[in-house]
Amino acid sequence: MSDAVWVLGASMTKIGRYLDKDLIDLASEATLNALSDGGVTIHDMEILAAGAAFSNGFGQALQKQIGQTGIPVYNVTNACATGATAVRTVYMSIKAGESDMGLAVGAEQMGKMGLLAGNAPRSDKHVYEPSGRYGSVLGTDGWLGSATMPAVFGQAGMEYAYQNDGVGFEQFAKVAEKNHMHSTLNPLAQYQKAFSLEEIMEARVISYPNTLPMCCPTGDGAAAIVLVSEAKLKTLSLEQQKRAVKISASVLNSDPWTEEGQVLPDVNTLTRNAARQAYETAGLGPQDLDLVELHDCFATAELIHYDNLELCEPGGAGAFIDSRAPWRDGSMPVNVSGGLLSKGHPIGMTGAANIFEITTQLRGEAGDRQIEGAKVGLAHVIGLGSACAVHILEKAAA
Amino acid sequence: MPKQVPIVDYLVLGDEPRLVAHKCKECGAIYFDHRNACAKCGKTEFGTKTLGTTGVVVSYAIVHQAAPGVPVPYVSSVVNLDDGGYVKCNVVNVEPQPDKVSLGMKVQLTTFVAGIDDEGTEVVCFGFEPV
Repeated sequence: MSDAVWVLGASMTKIGRYLDKDLIDLASEATLNALSDGGVTIHDMEILAAGAAFSNGFGQALQKQIGQTGIPVYNVTNACATGATAVRTVYMSIKAGESDMGLAVGAEQMGKMGLLAGNAPRSDKHVYEPSGRYGSVLGTDGWLGSATMPAVFGQAGMEYAYQNDGVGFEQFAKVAEKNHMHSTLNPLAQYQKAFSLEEIMEARVISYPNTLPMCCPTGDGAAAIVLVSEAKLKTLSLEQQKRAVKISASVLNSDPWTEEGQVLPDVNTLTRNAARQAYETAGLGPQDLDLVELHDCFATAELIHYDNLELCEPGGAGAFIDSRAPWRDGSMPVNVSGGLLSKGHPIGMTGAANIFEITTQLRGEAGDRQIEGAKVGLAHVIGLGSACAVHILEKAAA
Repeated sequence: MPKQVPIVDYLVLGDEPRLVAHKCKECGAIYFDHRNACAKCGKTEFGTKTLGTTGVVVSYAIVHQAAPGVPVPYVSSVVNLDDGGYVKCNVVNVEPQPDKVSLGMKVQLTTFVAGIDDEGTEVVCFGFEPV
């Protein structure tokens, strides 16, 4: 008998800015819906892994709203990979034989948080004293490059452009054109507005080459995933078995030492490593994928991940987007949910929301945005620092 | 001449300012901060290495949105030094426009006064400028 782990239930809230709900309300909504979706209750859960990147004791606070059953709670954070880390924590527990069923929740309430790094206001009214690991006498952001996310990921994209032909501002902008268009079909997306390529290229520059619609928004939302062992799944109803989706690979890694990675986060090497490991574990290759949800925190990021996830020819990410391959009617649909760029990116939620999207697509329940006949999907996230998670899901018979 | 301090401790001032990094004695990996052990090989003995002053721009972004008080736009960059090593820095003395900055552009180290504190001490910053 296979010892595979399956997704039994999945749910996400619409992403937005909720003034009338807090983090725990949003997480409760997603969790109760995921449990109901899986045909189970909190009393069936044997483990809870919960992540909200800017919160402490999140899991226990959630339990007090939906059920204090005394099960072990793992509060996890891994920056933007937090939700996927929660899923993988439950996955490992089931794999280890410690539990048969568990719940993973990722959530975030960000409001209008703005830039997430390099945020310290500059003031010259003080006495210079070296401090910190670099003995700096003042905030260096803006003097010695930028740690702001639009700049960091802008630079990652420009480095790819330096190393490969056929990549420039227009190719990056085309990514945003695609994802905003895709989001018009997703009622759960924070924004559902299409932009022309021209509008995107002429929009306000945040960090060139990323203009405003090429940067993900901040927002609020939660996603929850119920996981189950194969043995337990076989004791459940035929309807539950039919809608369950198999996790064929679950990979989480971190960034290995690279020379340039010491000064600019290297989001490529760990993604390449995670993808390779996931394909090997699943016994599948990129050619087997029907859709991909990848970490498009910025348009520049999505483009380089086409190459990192082996969706295109090596060095061919520019030609790949030019050919419209990653559009929903192309050969390799990417971010049909609208992606982080338009669906939204509540930090701790994203890694679980991507798995919700793939699950929903493989079940054939994605409504207007359904990719017909989707059988295999890949979900990828990166938390800067860095952590990378890749999950490959398959529609299969239990 | 007023007293001067470097913006970071790896910028060593003098007649010819230089960037000085920590270098792992085992594998040669360089770091701008002190590491408890080398992140590449795990050994714990470090020396110093004075880095070269010329290199090429391998990535850049032109930052238009920053924290309050940070003048924009500016060019955030990574320079690959000709004699080895990568440096995160601004490209300075260039118009922050996409048609004025280019990938692969040759640049050299330069320094400038970036501010003065309440006691009259100047802070010296470094950047890389087109050759």
